Amino acid sequence: MPVTWKDSVTEIAGSKMHLSRAGSGKTVLVLHHDIGTADRLPFYDSLAEQFDVIVPHHPGWGKSQRPEWIRHPRDIAAMHTWLLADLGVENVNLVGLGFGGWIAAEMVSQSPRTYRRLSLVAPMGIKPPEGDIADQAIVSYLDYPKAGFHSQDAFASVYGEADTDQLEQWDVCREMCFRTAWKPYMYSQTLPHLLGGVRTPAQVIWGDDDQIVPISAGHAYTKALRNATMTTVAECGHFAEMEQPAKVAKLVIDFINAA
Amino acid sequence: MHMMYFTEQPMSAYDAQKGLDYGATALTFSNSHFDSVAASRLYNEYLEDYILAEDCGADGIMLNEHHNAPFCMQAKTNIFASILAATTKRVKIVILGNPLPLCDNPIRMAEELAMIDMISNGRLVPGFVRGGGQEQLAAGVNPAFNRERFIEAHDLIQKIWTQPGPFRFEGTHYQHRTVNPWAVPLQKPYPRVWVPGVLSRETIVWTAQQRYPYIALNTAIDHTKEIFKLYSETAADCGYVAGPENFGYLIRVHVQDTEEKAIQNARQFMWMQGEFTGLAHPVWANPSGYFSPSGRRGFVQFATGRAKNPRGAMTFEEQMESTMIVAGTPKQVVEKLKWIIENTRPGIMGIWANDGNVSAADRKRCIELLFKEVVPEVKAHGAKLGLKDPWEANAPVHLRYSTDLTTRKAAAE
Repeated sequence: MPVTWKDSVTEIAGSKMHLSRAGSGKTVLVLHHDIGTADRLPFYDSLAEQFDVIVPHHPGWGKSQRPEWIRHPRDIAAMHTWLLADLGVENVNLVGLGFGGWIAAEMVSQSPRTYRRLSLVAPMGIKPPEGDIADQAIVSYLDYPKAGFHSQDAFASVYGEADTDQLEQWDVCREMCFRTAWKPYMYSQTLPHLLGGVRTPAQVIWGDDDQIVPISAGHAYTKALRNATMTTVAECGHFAEMEQPAKVAKLVIDFINAA
Repeated sequence: MHMMYFTEQPMSAYDAQKGLDYGATALTFSNSHFDSVAASRLYNEYLEDYILAEDCGADGIMLNEHHNAPFCMQAKTNIFASILAATTKRVKIVILGNPLPLCDNPIRMAEELAMIDMISNGRLVPGFVRGGGQEQLAAGVNPAFNRERFIEAHDLIQKIWTQPGPFRFEGTHYQHRTVNPWAVPLQKPYPRVWVPGVLSRETIVWTAQQRYPYIALNTAIDHTKEIFKLYSETAADCGYVAGPENFGYLIRVHVQDTEEKAIQNARQFMWMQGEFTGLAHPVWANPSGYFSPSGRRGFVQFATGRAKNPRGAMTFEEQMESTMIVAGTPKQVVEKLKWIIENTRPGIMGIWANDGNVSAADRKRCIELLFKEVVPEVKAHGAKLGLKDPWEANAPVHLRYSTDLTTRKAAAE
């Protein structure tokens, strides 16, 4: 079934936020990575074939306007919560990808009974008990996204040569990461203590070759959440939904459809 | 004219081959290659060089700081400024500069500088800089807020130096509830602040709005003229006429008794593989958010190896030809420096005289020839050209102390 996406702009906290939406059924909010997102991805299409899927650009990323004042992913979480309220959707399923997973975790920690299902795909946000989250500040705009793929062919199939527009976008994304997650870099010291109250059933998905966020953070998330399971995806890097879209989509769809 | 001595304080004892093998000589190039024994010797030699420069007639000693790299051993410029405050008698101690965004407590910065000013009997010029990109990464300071932090820290320090405490300071990046340091500068209203730079248009404009002298750091002649033109235009908007007292120029100059030896030693200016700050990844120098957004598109292409360095990579011969490096006998150097000051008209001149592996004996000979033979002639020529430094011109320390403004349009109060 072909999926028809509709783009719109809505004002949240004084800033214009861009979002794409497609499909019908249960509402799924997808929160994208630190490197932004393509407008369309096979993973998004797979979800939209079954659900009402909302993919906003984080404030300051992609086509969303930058609020000069934002300082933390928790601010982004609050803006997405505001967005859901304006859209009038309830019982929303959250799918957080990498950095977007951190934002999703902030949303559920602030509102432990509000969301229906939580899918975290290699989320940042917790200090990994072993290893460190890769520092994008010291590598090039190409090397960082490439490091997030197990297979460079998979990178090429998504980004091709990565033209100058894409490089510029990655620089903007990187600046937003710095503005919101500079120190401590890409994690919160308080979030792990707040996850225990979350009632929303959660799944934690991790690529078995994630060079960006150590898998130990996945185990920590699974332990901190009171109702979570963890699954690893073979031959898969950090940008799992781009590298293994079919596998990750199936895991997420099955989880949302369960119960 | 104010003519001051400068060296990067090169950590010349490091093994250059290790840097080439690693592919970088900055930021992440391991400090396991740092030799503390050699560095201890070098620190003390450089201190001797400064004192010699004063003895030979230098007007000032210019200091700076950098981090995580062998091209500059000064990790904290206020340390050497403190030492010079006690060990020299006459020279101005010119810090170009303290990287303000790196400091989390500008009150402490204001205190340290005030102490140096008092101990030196009012000889401090506390210049301020944003700090290069990799300095932010070395210090763990957010590059995206670099300019905001620079301006806010400056404003707090200026307030500390001009308004009695206690007061509260509630800024965006700095919040202090009991600002009341018991150390304030000797020089009133406050010590002259100079701002050095190479690239950024925003810094030139801001500096002109403060009426602080802008020191162009070894820029090419044409670029230097463009900087001074932009400064002058901004000055006019602020209601004053910029003159030589508003401009400084740092240039690499090496003098020896023979031209051959001078040129041989001047090649050491290229010792970090021709790059001022050594080999480094472009994103270290320009972390996202650090640079002007207008430069974003060109930079991402350079940073991914798809475009050449927009600043170019000039050979030693090209830099000699363009007078970015001047080397020769005193007579040869005098002629070139006269031509340079005629064409750029600075009231302040920094002489970056020694770099890399120039021997201690050759450094000392260079300093003697420079300040005994070259500088007096250049200064005499500068006087004929009307090139006054800020003290000779009795320039206001800041725009707010101006008595000659024709308009208040852009007064940066």
